[in-house]
Amino acid sequence: MISEVVMPQMGADMEEGTIIKWLKNEGDKVDRGEIIAEIETDKANVEIEAFDGGVFRRTLAGEGDTVDVGTIIAIIADAGDDLSAYENGATKQAATPAQKAPSEPAKKPAPKAAGKEPAKAIAQPAPASSDGRVRASPVARRLAQEHSVDLTAISGTGPDGRIVKRDVEAAMAGSTPAQTSPAAGATTTIEMSKMRQTIARRMSQSKREAPHYYITVDIDMTEAERLRRQLNDAVEDYPRVSVNDMIVRAAAISLARHLMFNSLFVDEQVQQHSDINVCIAIALDEGLIAPAILDTANKTLGEIADASRDLAGRAKSGALKPAEYTGGTFTVSNVGMFGVEGLIAIIQPPQTAILGVGGVRTTPVVRDGRIETADLMKTALSADHRVTDGAQGAQFLNEIRRLLESPASLLV
Amino acid sequence: MAEMSFRGALRLTLQEELQADENVILMGEDIGAYGGSYSVTKGLFDEFGPERVMDTPISESVVVGAGIGAAMGGLRPIVELMTINFSLLALDQIVNNAAKLSYMSAGQIHVPMVIRMASGAGSQLSSQHSQSLEGWYAHIPGIKVVVPYTPRDARGLLKTAFNEQNPVIFIEHTALYARKGEVPDEDYAIPFGQAEVMREGADVTLIGYSGSVYQTLGAADILEEAGREADVINLRTLRPLDVDTIVASVRKTHRAVVIEDDWKFGGFAGEIAAIIMEEAFDDLDGPVARVCGADVPMPYAKALEQSALPNPQQIADAALALF
Amino acid sequence: MTQLIDKPPAKELPNEQLIELLRKMMLIRRFETKAAEMYAKQKIAGFLHLYNGEEAVAVGAISALNDDDQLLTHYRDHGHALARGVEPGRIMAELFGKETGVSGGRGGSMHLFDTEKSFMGGYAIVCGHLPLACGLALANQRLKNGRIVICFFGDGAVNEGEFHESLNLAAVWKLPVIFMCENNFYGMGTDIRRVSAVIEIYKRAAAYAMPSKQVDGMNVLEMYGETLKAAERVRAGEGPSFLEAICFRYRGHSMADPEAYRDRGQTERWRELDPIITFRKTLTEDGVIDEGAFQTLEAEVEDIVNEAVRFAEESPVPQLEELYTHVYKEDS
Repeated sequence: MISEVVMPQMGADMEEGTIIKWLKNEGDKVDRGEIIAEIETDKANVEIEAFDGGVFRRTLAGEGDTVDVGTIIAIIADAGDDLSAYENGATKQAATPAQKAPSEPAKKPAPKAAGKEPAKAIAQPAPASSDGRVRASPVARRLAQEHSVDLTAISGTGPDGRIVKRDVEAAMAGSTPAQTSPAAGATTTIEMSKMRQTIARRMSQSKREAPHYYITVDIDMTEAERLRRQLNDAVEDYPRVSVNDMIVRAAAISLARHLMFNSLFVDEQVQQHSDINVCIAIALDEGLIAPAILDTANKTLGEIADASRDLAGRAKSGALKPAEYTGGTFTVSNVGMFGVEGLIAIIQPPQTAILGVGGVRTTPVVRDGRIETADLMKTALSADHRVTDGAQGAQFLNEIRRLLESPASLLV
Repeated sequence: MAEMSFRGALRLTLQEELQADENVILMGEDIGAYGGSYSVTKGLFDEFGPERVMDTPISESVVVGAGIGAAMGGLRPIVELMTINFSLLALDQIVNNAAKLSYMSAGQIHVPMVIRMASGAGSQLSSQHSQSLEGWYAHIPGIKVVVPYTPRDARGLLKTAFNEQNPVIFIEHTALYARKGEVPDEDYAIPFGQAEVMREGADVTLIGYSGSVYQTLGAADILEEAGREADVINLRTLRPLDVDTIVASVRKTHRAVVIEDDWKFGGFAGEIAAIIMEEAFDDLDGPVARVCGADVPMPYAKALEQSALPNPQQIADAALALF
Repeated sequence: MTQLIDKPPAKELPNEQLIELLRKMMLIRRFETKAAEMYAKQKIAGFLHLYNGEEAVAVGAISALNDDDQLLTHYRDHGHALARGVEPGRIMAELFGKETGVSGGRGGSMHLFDTEKSFMGGYAIVCGHLPLACGLALANQRLKNGRIVICFFGDGAVNEGEFHESLNLAAVWKLPVIFMCENNFYGMGTDIRRVSAVIEIYKRAAAYAMPSKQVDGMNVLEMYGETLKAAERVRAGEGPSFLEAICFRYRGHSMADPEAYRDRGQTERWRELDPIITFRKTLTEDGVIDEGAFQTLEAEVEDIVNEAVRFAEESPVPQLEELYTHVYKEDS
């Protein structure tokens, strides 16, 4: 009988062993249970015994050799047994272990097998849209919203037909006329600040949801400038008044007469407000903020000047009150100080109008058939067409112009 | 219908089972002559005697182990462990023996036993007597975990536990013992794995169990005032868990808040949240919210203890934040 | 139900029963040696704890009990299963992780179960089964079925809290259970003298007012006789009994144990007390068996064990779709 001596498994975690010493020479007689070798595992040195008796015919691994568990290292056999099968190659793997890992993982009966009786059927996946809801991942929904992609118009390629990010991206690519070639040179991805993200989201929403119309007019600021200088130079204890303060004052008076422009658009509804809170856009290092001067209509020009300075200071130090963040009903955005001609602004939702203001520039004008110079200021009203129309916009903006061109009324 | 306390519903059921089957025995610390730490077994010692209502030494491990052995040997033992905090001394028996024997023996051995224990906080008993560890037990395959809320639950679920062929961990929240409720006069049982929708609403799903259902119903009142209607689910059993009812509700409301007294970190509320994510991902309008006990050993002082437990306003706020 | 044939005292055992004691010890020895071989050849995995040297304890004690007396043991459980008459092929199949194994391939070496033989299992949390023995005994007591329980555990178990809880409960409720401690002096690789304040384990039972005795675990007849006496007391309703069987395991704690903690000479000295060699000598001197009869027994156990290996080899592995079966008993 041929008995293969293998590198034995001597513990569940043993993978290989080293032969330290053979205690039998080829040709020696061996009894069952006799110690035939010493081996070393990664835990300890152990002796191995013969599981069958016979003649120790051949060693297939030498002292010092390290072999895998299960490798044949010697042959015990009867004297006459034919060992030619073992002549080629010093060692070979013995029979495959009985307890090899299953080739396929077992199927778990159901997600709720943990709790449910096994007999219960697997819960059916929800129909693609159980109640008309679109099956889309949260990131796909966000992306679609940001880029005005209609989720009902695209089909999903995710599990169970779920619309995933790549589907929205594909839809976006399909609606873009031509792929622009990537710019040469290095590209830097700039992480957006919280404020930048907020601006991005709100402005996208405004341009997506609010149909803007625009009315522009040049306002002659000659008289307003004169009044401003008088106030600042001649009147003691009067706050320093800026052009912008006068514009805000004019806008507040005009809003009181054209309340439709003092409306918010919320949940498909127009909410017209009697309180007039004009926001002023303030540029900060990290972006733009437009807090409100609360109750603007009931403030004098001087009070507006004070409030405006206070607001700018607190905006920079981050000390604005919640109502100043959220309570605005109209906005004035003035880029005049940068020496540019004009600004066509985007409405701040849920407000429904905004006045963009450029710089005051001395410009030739024709007056009574003569060419004169005047200090003109370009203004542009952006308004939400869902709430007001162009004719109303024109009247509203003309009122502002009238007030600024006859500025004494601003002091009333 | 009769009005009955949670404690009374349990006692009546134990009494009936003791009357019905000679092989039913109760074992536990001070359940006999003393009448039970929470008076659930009061009077049963006098009626059935010390051989049926057995006072044990304070040896939780051997008491549970002997219960398992008695079940293996043909009895129907009901073991009372006084509180879930003490059950930790018997964890080896519950987890290594009760939960494993059917499987390891390839179905040769079954352990039809009920292990009752009080759970929960709210009585200023400090850290070692105020834990809600039922979620731990629900983690273990091989045992069933029952968490009744109403007296009707208590009776109907204990009936089912008596007919079980598997070990049942039966959780009794201490705040519920004195609460009263309608209990049907007729014989009835509530199957495991069937949650009860205590209140229906289309806007948000509130999922609670055991004592926390009370706070959850309070939250539903607050939500109603805020114009939001809540489905309130009383799970009744944690294992088996009624996934169908949870998922059906979330498919309707698209919002879910899970409430439990136990700690949030690694707790059962997280398991429910994960199941909702797996089974109803596309029906969600927002993340599943959890309102759980504070991540601290329970303090003694009343104000501290109350602030460490979920309250209706917290639950309502968590729900409103989803809109 | 209680077996009708009364167990005779040790000195009155008829020859065929004496030979049966020897044969069972030889079967265990051969089975365990074969299991070691099969482990080395990777047919068996996990932990494998062998009973070589301790055969007299299981064979003597279990032979003194009725077949329906429940038996619980620790994870070195092949010997007890074989002594109780559990089919060797189904034990080997369990070690091989086969569907035909006594535990359907779910338990392995440490968790043999055969409830038809009242073999209530091998348990692998040290001392975790003593409480179960109390419970089974409680059921017997209440059902008045005449059955008693024997619970085997090692010297390593006696410092667990459950040991004391169980002895106390059994004593205070007068439960029909025999606590059988196999003291082989090593809890895994730790010498009992290094970890136990009282090393005469039987004395610990006195703390629970329980009759207890130290027994020669290398002597199958003494094991039989003392267990029989204990069983009579227990069966008569006098409460639990405690026996400490002094014995020695020849092999390491498990297959992975190189036995660095003890010297080889100690094992060799114990081998001189080998329960099979000494009992064979006794039976030969008493004229119960001769060399030929012994050779016949050897050939017989060799065949049984080879047949067990063949059965295990040829048996199918468990069906993967059965993975979840038996986690719970399904409601009928």
